[in-house]
Amino acid sequence: MAPHGHLLTVITFLPLLGVLALLCLRAEDHRWMRRIALATGLADFVISLFLLPGFHMTDAGYQFRETVSWITVPPIFYNIGVDGISLFLILLTTFLTPLAILCSWESITVRVREFFIMMLVLEVGLIGVFVSLDLFLFFFFWEVMLIPMYFLIGIWGHGRRIYAAVKFILYTMVGSILMFVAIIWLYNLTHSFELPDILAALQSGAVQVPIKTELLMFGAFFLAFAIKVPLFPLHTWLPDAHTEAPTAGSVILAGVMLKLGTYGMLRFCLPLFPEASHRLAPFIATLAIIGIVYGALVAMVQPNMKRLIAYTSVSHLGFVVLGIFAFSSISIQGAIYQMISHGVSTGGLFLVAGMLYDRRHTYEIKEYGGLATPLPNMMSFFLFLCLSSLALPMLNGFVGEFLILVGVFQQHAAWAAWATSGAVLSAIYLLWMYQRVALGEVTVDLNDGLADASPREKTILVIVAIAVLFMGLASPLFTRRMQPATENLLHQMDRPHSSGPVLAARPVAVPLPAIAPAAAPRASASAVVNVSATALERAH
Amino acid sequence: MNIPYEQLENVCRLAPEIVLCAAGILIMLIDPFIAAKRAMGWLGFAGTLVALAGIWVSSHHQGTAYSGVIVVDGFSLFMHAVVIVVAALVILGSFHYLDDERIQRGEYYALILFAVTGMCILSGANELVTAFLGLEMSSIATYILAGFRRTSMKSNEASLKYFLLGSFATAFFLYGIAMVYGATGQTGIPAVAAVLASASPSSLLVLGVGMMFVGLGFKVVIAPFQIYAPDVYEGAPTPVTGLLSSAPKAATFALMLRVFYTSFSTVAPLWFWAVWIAAVLSMVVGNLAALTQTNIKRMLAYSSIAHAGYIMVAFAASTAVGMAAVLFYLAAYALMKLGAFLVVTELGGTGEKRLEINDFAGLGTQQPVLAACFSLFLLSLLGLPLTGGFVGKFYAFQAGLDSRLVWLVVIAALNTVVGAYYYLHVIVVMYFNEPQTEFPAQKTGTELKLALLACAVGVIYLGVFPSRVMHFAYTSAQTLLSR
Repeated sequence: MAPHGHLLTVITFLPLLGVLALLCLRAEDHRWMRRIALATGLADFVISLFLLPGFHMTDAGYQFRETVSWITVPPIFYNIGVDGISLFLILLTTFLTPLAILCSWESITVRVREFFIMMLVLEVGLIGVFVSLDLFLFFFFWEVMLIPMYFLIGIWGHGRRIYAAVKFILYTMVGSILMFVAIIWLYNLTHSFELPDILAALQSGAVQVPIKTELLMFGAFFLAFAIKVPLFPLHTWLPDAHTEAPTAGSVILAGVMLKLGTYGMLRFCLPLFPEASHRLAPFIATLAIIGIVYGALVAMVQPNMKRLIAYTSVSHLGFVVLGIFAFSSISIQGAIYQMISHGVSTGGLFLVAGMLYDRRHTYEIKEYGGLATPLPNMMSFFLFLCLSSLALPMLNGFVGEFLILVGVFQQHAAWAAWATSGAVLSAIYLLWMYQRVALGEVTVDLNDGLADASPREKTILVIVAIAVLFMGLASPLFTRRMQPATENLLHQMDRPHSSGPVLAARPVAVPLPAIAPAAAPRASASAVVNVSATALERAH
Repeated sequence: MNIPYEQLENVCRLAPEIVLCAAGILIMLIDPFIAAKRAMGWLGFAGTLVALAGIWVSSHHQGTAYSGVIVVDGFSLFMHAVVIVVAALVILGSFHYLDDERIQRGEYYALILFAVTGMCILSGANELVTAFLGLEMSSIATYILAGFRRTSMKSNEASLKYFLLGSFATAFFLYGIAMVYGATGQTGIPAVAAVLASASPSSLLVLGVGMMFVGLGFKVVIAPFQIYAPDVYEGAPTPVTGLLSSAPKAATFALMLRVFYTSFSTVAPLWFWAVWIAAVLSMVVGNLAALTQTNIKRMLAYSSIAHAGYIMVAFAASTAVGMAAVLFYLAAYALMKLGAFLVVTELGGTGEKRLEINDFAGLGTQQPVLAACFSLFLLSLLGLPLTGGFVGKFYAFQAGLDSRLVWLVVIAALNTVVGAYYYLHVIVVMYFNEPQTEFPAQKTGTELKLALLACAVGVIYLGVFPSRVMHFAYTSAQTLLSR
């Protein structure tokens, strides 16, 4: 930990320096505000890249750890670190924030200073959530980031922005406040807020949690995350928030914020409450599959481009949840991969939608049509992003979806079969949208004279496209770093001393009692091999 | 002259009260001879500062004074600090307001000092009749303060209502004391505890405990004794509302803690469910009623009922953790509530004309600093991180869960979300709505700015570095309960 010093702290709080600089500028100095915000975002991205060379690929534990005592009664620590699960989510955040700032270059003209302050504070909150290993600290960042998002939607949003902002924050708070209660409850049981300590206490059997309590606590955590994801039927805030948010808000919302939910499930729900996770997995998977199909079907008929993209998120994140609750190393790696790639490609789609909005001030699909003629460059990128979102092989979306489906299929073929229909539907709604927007004759005269992508917009689109392609081609670079952490996660789900009868009720596929007695009864074939392999490595 | 050492020490133990009382009397005496009434305010402010130094003096002489009727311990020191700081900030925040309303008078400041003296006695009382004395002293002064805008009907109504119902409540409290005395033969708080430790509770005692609960419940504004609060808070001059909603509540909660946690700890089953029900009622009634308010003062009044409910959650925990949580919550709550009312003082303008929430439309652009302060206090009341309100809720919930009051905590948590709606509504109006009325760029008084700054810094300090305060609260709670 020593050679890296305070790299994570720097990455987390660097945007605050930008905030300070923004506060020092004169109120009418909009140009410099934009430049400073962008420079801060870029600097944070560049610094966050230093995580990669320092990251030990084979190490499944947390790295770049920093622990400082923060509150003494009760003991709460500024305890941060990354592992293979959070590493790329941090990079995703630092990658998307400068893009979001760049896309607001011309569209934000009122309260410019406040806008960029909110963007940077939001970045702090998001990264903070991903690096926190202390549950109190985690919740702290989790709530802190609501405020900037609330203001982003409420001040710079479109027509029904107030309704959307209030709905967004109330929905999120209902879930998170119950999670807060569960966090405190967990503290009262284990006397610690440190995730590693709590896990150790639960795993060693030093603290036994009755199954009823575990189910309740799992419910509280899961509700908070499910609202954030959002999992069907808790998704209704999302289309409103997306439609009304400014482009930058949508990019961050879809790109990063939704992943907080799935990240939370991986980081907290599974390892802390494995018994409850296993018991409830069928229900959650059902909801996820409903979300996949329902999101896709509803997306298909949306007349509003942003709403359409919002519903694709419901569908795509359904895949992620399904991957997580299949409890296989492959599907979980796929889920993490899908989180990143969804952030890039959906973020990209929202960026294009925002560029169109800047020109025509509408998201209605019927207001467009035949845009490929006046806007050839932009529409090519749009098609590229649509293809990436519908999981064309070689592009980023494919890797995640494929890994999820493979992993899920090994566990539950039926789930995978249902989910696959979502993959088919995604081709329909995305290509249909593209056809209605871009192909054919120009249907609305106003669109004839639209200017094609400006150099600034081209820069944004090229960067996103490169990321899409890179992730599609070089996926092992990512998965290799995720694998140890996911396997470790599955290992953490083992409770050697947990209650007997429930374990016995689960089908035991390939018992390997001699090698890893604890691991065996948990899951079916492949997971067992995975887990016991890890256990073996551990033993040596 | 030969003053026995013990007398001197007693004086030291009462240093804050003596200073406050002396400053008040001094103001009354010289008021007729001085035309610049602001000087009286500064005198009062100086009095509170000296009283804060007096806390430091008395902290070096912990123990009981005057045959055990007053006690100086960590617990009472903590509450002294809270109420005196509140008084100092209220005085700072009143200068401009009183000028504006043309009611700049010396007795206003004297009354604040007397009220705070009463509250100090209340939080240091170790004997029930002394506690009653403190309660009366603070009540009577605040009855007058509530009616200080003599020409306003609402202010008069507030004063009268507060006086009538308040006297009724104090009578309840006094009856309660009498019955407890009848049942135990004692009025000393530790003495009652000692008697109850060995005797089984009689019906007289049950009645006494109940009546004391009603009397004190009225003063801390918990449901179902909350009926008067919105009218009084609305009618009283806004800085006085700030005082009413924070300091008496803190001092009375202090007494409640001391009496119920020590004297009546052996009969906890008698009052536990009363506290539980009062907590739920206060939270639900306060939050639901606040949802429908259009007047900011009434909304904040209902929110203070809800907050009394959150405090009762920690109260119901009946442990040292709960007691410490109540203390911390009271400190954070006093600062944020007072801060909110001070902002309203400023925004209300001459004659308290702009008190409808919709009047604040567009405030975010017209008065950015004031709006930011207001948002901070509202977010703290709502309980978002970085603020003392958040940490206060955290401690309250933790205390509740520690005592396995899971459902009570869950109800409290869900109430927080209801609260979010109306606190955020004010922020929505301030930042998201277009300005409707012109907000004249009026000059905010320097004193008020100072007071707001102090509240804001305090709220953030408690939100980011709560350790020292909580540590102090926890150790004092433990010492008190282990005695």
